[in-house]
Amino acid sequence: MPSLRALILLWIPASIAAAAVLVPIFYLFLRAFSNTASLWEVVLRPANLEILGSTAWLGIGVTLLSMMIALPLAWLTVRTDLPLRKLWLLITPLPLVIPSYVGAYLFASALGPRGLLQGWLEGVFGVTRLPSLYGFPGALLVLTLLNYPLMQIGLQAALRRLDPSLEEASHSLGYGPWQTFWRVIFPQLLPSMTMGSILILLYVLRDFGAVSVMRYTTFTRAIYIQYQSLFDRSSAAALAILIVLLSLFLVIVVGKTRGRSRYYIGNKSTKPPDRKKLGRWRWPALFFCLATVILALIIPAGVLLYWLIRGLGAGESLAGLWQPSLNSVITSAVAATFALLAALTVAILDVRKPGRLSRLIERTTYIAYALPGIVIALALVFFGSNYLPFIYQTFPMLVFAYVILFLPQAVGPLRNSLLQIHPNMEEAARGLGKRPLAVFRRVTLPLMRPGMAAAFSLVFLTAMKELPATLILAPTGFKTLATSVWSAVSEAFFARAAAPALLLILASSFSLALVHWQDEVQR
Amino acid sequence: MSRLHKWFGLLVMAGSVLAACAPTAAISAAQSDGATGGEDSGLPSQLIVYSGRSEELVGPIIQQFAEATGIDVQVRYGSTAEIAAALLEEGENSPADIFYAQDPGGLGAIEDAGLLASLPAEILGKIDPNFSSSEGKWVGITARVRVVVYNTNALTSDELPLDLNGFTDPAWNGRLGIAPTNSSFLTMITAMRTLWGENETHAWLEGIMENHPVFYENNTAIVAAVGAGEVDAGLVNHYYLYRFLAEEGEGFPARNYYMTSGGPGSLVMVSGAGVLTNGQNQANAERFLEFMLSTVAQQYFASQTFEYPLVDGVVISNLLTPLSELKPPEISMGALADLEETTTLLQDVGMLP
Repeated sequence: MPSLRALILLWIPASIAAAAVLVPIFYLFLRAFSNTASLWEVVLRPANLEILGSTAWLGIGVTLLSMMIALPLAWLTVRTDLPLRKLWLLITPLPLVIPSYVGAYLFASALGPRGLLQGWLEGVFGVTRLPSLYGFPGALLVLTLLNYPLMQIGLQAALRRLDPSLEEASHSLGYGPWQTFWRVIFPQLLPSMTMGSILILLYVLRDFGAVSVMRYTTFTRAIYIQYQSLFDRSSAAALAILIVLLSLFLVIVVGKTRGRSRYYIGNKSTKPPDRKKLGRWRWPALFFCLATVILALIIPAGVLLYWLIRGLGAGESLAGLWQPSLNSVITSAVAATFALLAALTVAILDVRKPGRLSRLIERTTYIAYALPGIVIALALVFFGSNYLPFIYQTFPMLVFAYVILFLPQAVGPLRNSLLQIHPNMEEAARGLGKRPLAVFRRVTLPLMRPGMAAAFSLVFLTAMKELPATLILAPTGFKTLATSVWSAVSEAFFARAAAPALLLILASSFSLALVHWQDEVQR
Repeated sequence: MSRLHKWFGLLVMAGSVLAACAPTAAISAAQSDGATGGEDSGLPSQLIVYSGRSEELVGPIIQQFAEATGIDVQVRYGSTAEIAAALLEEGENSPADIFYAQDPGGLGAIEDAGLLASLPAEILGKIDPNFSSSEGKWVGITARVRVVVYNTNALTSDELPLDLNGFTDPAWNGRLGIAPTNSSFLTMITAMRTLWGENETHAWLEGIMENHPVFYENNTAIVAAVGAGEVDAGLVNHYYLYRFLAEEGEGFPARNYYMTSGGPGSLVMVSGAGVLTNGQNQANAERFLEFMLSTVAQQYFASQTFEYPLVDGVVISNLLTPLSELKPPEISMGALADLEETTTLLQDVGMLP
């Protein structure tokens, strides 16, 4: 039997978080079974196999490519003397705030067969047409460039808490830096790699913007077509159940492989890990960072800047953006805080109170993560408007939606950072007569700081760009930067979209800088 | 260890922001209750509009309505499909008074669910009955026309076919852009089925598919692609071009071509609005529709968004070809609201997944 304290502080909040995640799933079954004839027709469509294939390829492709970007970036920005390290640390995760639809549109206008790049190449080399970006290559490119930070941020947190004494031991055994990385550092990063992979895989399942602009059919695109052309909610729900089954499968398989392996920090590891001297490797390293930032951030921001300047010249005004900026930052920060608190209880239970129930709660938080935003938004519309009218379309409701949408992004890094902390340290403190809560506050929490910063940043950045839930569930008339961008881009008012989109990137980088600063200050 | 308190400080700060916001939300909810009560006493009060049309298009004129009447108008913007789905989920508990949609399809879905109230004859009588629901439950507000947008560097307007059948000619292989997931395209195919019959529509779709059309997500993407020269021509609604001309200048190498043969290629489609049965502000909602069909509002759309007005006596932009010169097909918008069979047809020929 858990103590009363554990029950109130851990089991009950964690169960509420898991139950909240189940709300959309419950809604889907309700909707899908409201029309059983069409349910089977939709679920058993032969086209689904093809969609499954294309979805799976895209998911695997984006995950592998993201890994190839995120791992070197994380290592370079945390563990080396990379020139301008802090700048890279700050700007490399920023592509995560670019809304997928807008990002895809920007990449298409920059890199399309007759885009800005082609225009430049035509002037210099006489290239009249680039190969088509649409379909798999475009979807792969856009989703990778906008989402690799989902893995990078978690990896950075793990790298910050690595035990330097293990590396020292490896060196003293005669291993070179390369062997040390693969034999000592890499295994310690595995939990974060797995967590990042599952987040990216599931995110690819739920993305709509990039696959629609790039015209690549995944389950989510098929779901949107049901809503868009048929206003058919039960068929859409039936397809969404397929997404839930797919993510259930992924979560179980990945859950089995990640097991419960732990890589504890030694007791002496109060000093931060040292930074490797890159020597002449710093040039290729710099080139890699620069290439990533150019592709993922400068190209989209450059197109935006081009639109903005042209729009300002045409008399477009910047007025009226203060309130949406404030709304975006406040809502995202509040949502990230609540997601952090909810995720903390889930992660502590899973790591410190292992058992069937705690594992079930942790896994549950992932199963709605792959659902398209519109599905989760509609589920909350259904329950909110019909059963909870007093909070429907209020600020708390919006925050609640964000927490459901992004909870796993907080659970992952927190769980991994807890796995790095040896329970001995907590037991020792308890042995000294400290009460569990005091032990948690004075021993565990400080060691979890990188994980907490990562969890907060991940939720914050993705909440900044959230669209479907914001449109439907926010208080009426509540504008965010993301809704302002969407409203302009969807109707081809590009100049009007540019300023809020650039502000979205700017506001996020300030907020991220604040989180980094908080984290650095406390070392 | 005291630095840890900074983290807690941050959490507490964020928490108090929430606490500060929650009462505001409660207050505004309370105010809306008060306002609802106000209408009974005959005072101008509140109106909640769910708009599937973008704020960029309709925001200014809704603002003007609010200022002219003193009604507190609250607008929720989204895409027509998302807003329609939300309205269906809310059902009878929807706070909305008005559903303002980009196309007849969205309005038809809400009408079929029995959520729209019958409109008074004075409102419906303001426009051609073809442009409203046949049940009289929603009314057209503005119109747009299907056109061909073409790249002026690649071809001249006399190289374009007289009607849609021309695009099945092998000469158009790989040169045409379409947006099969877009509701305007689906509506055009629905009109085609009505006008040409199922067999001929099927044959046309297959002919287009044999020419390897390039698929785009929506009208905006097609106009951008035509301007860039990715494709030579595309099937779109007329007004997107004018936004590009406004942004890129007259040098933007794309223009509209009207298919004056009178077939589905020059279909006129409406945006429209209806009053929700369970709205709390029915009288204000009807005033809203009346205002949208007034000369002031219709003139706004004609000159600011380059749409076609539906009431007489409004001057259209000199960039547009008058509807009277277009011979658009005579077809009721109500007949175009159901897109299900069209979608099945497009799946059969491989245009939709």
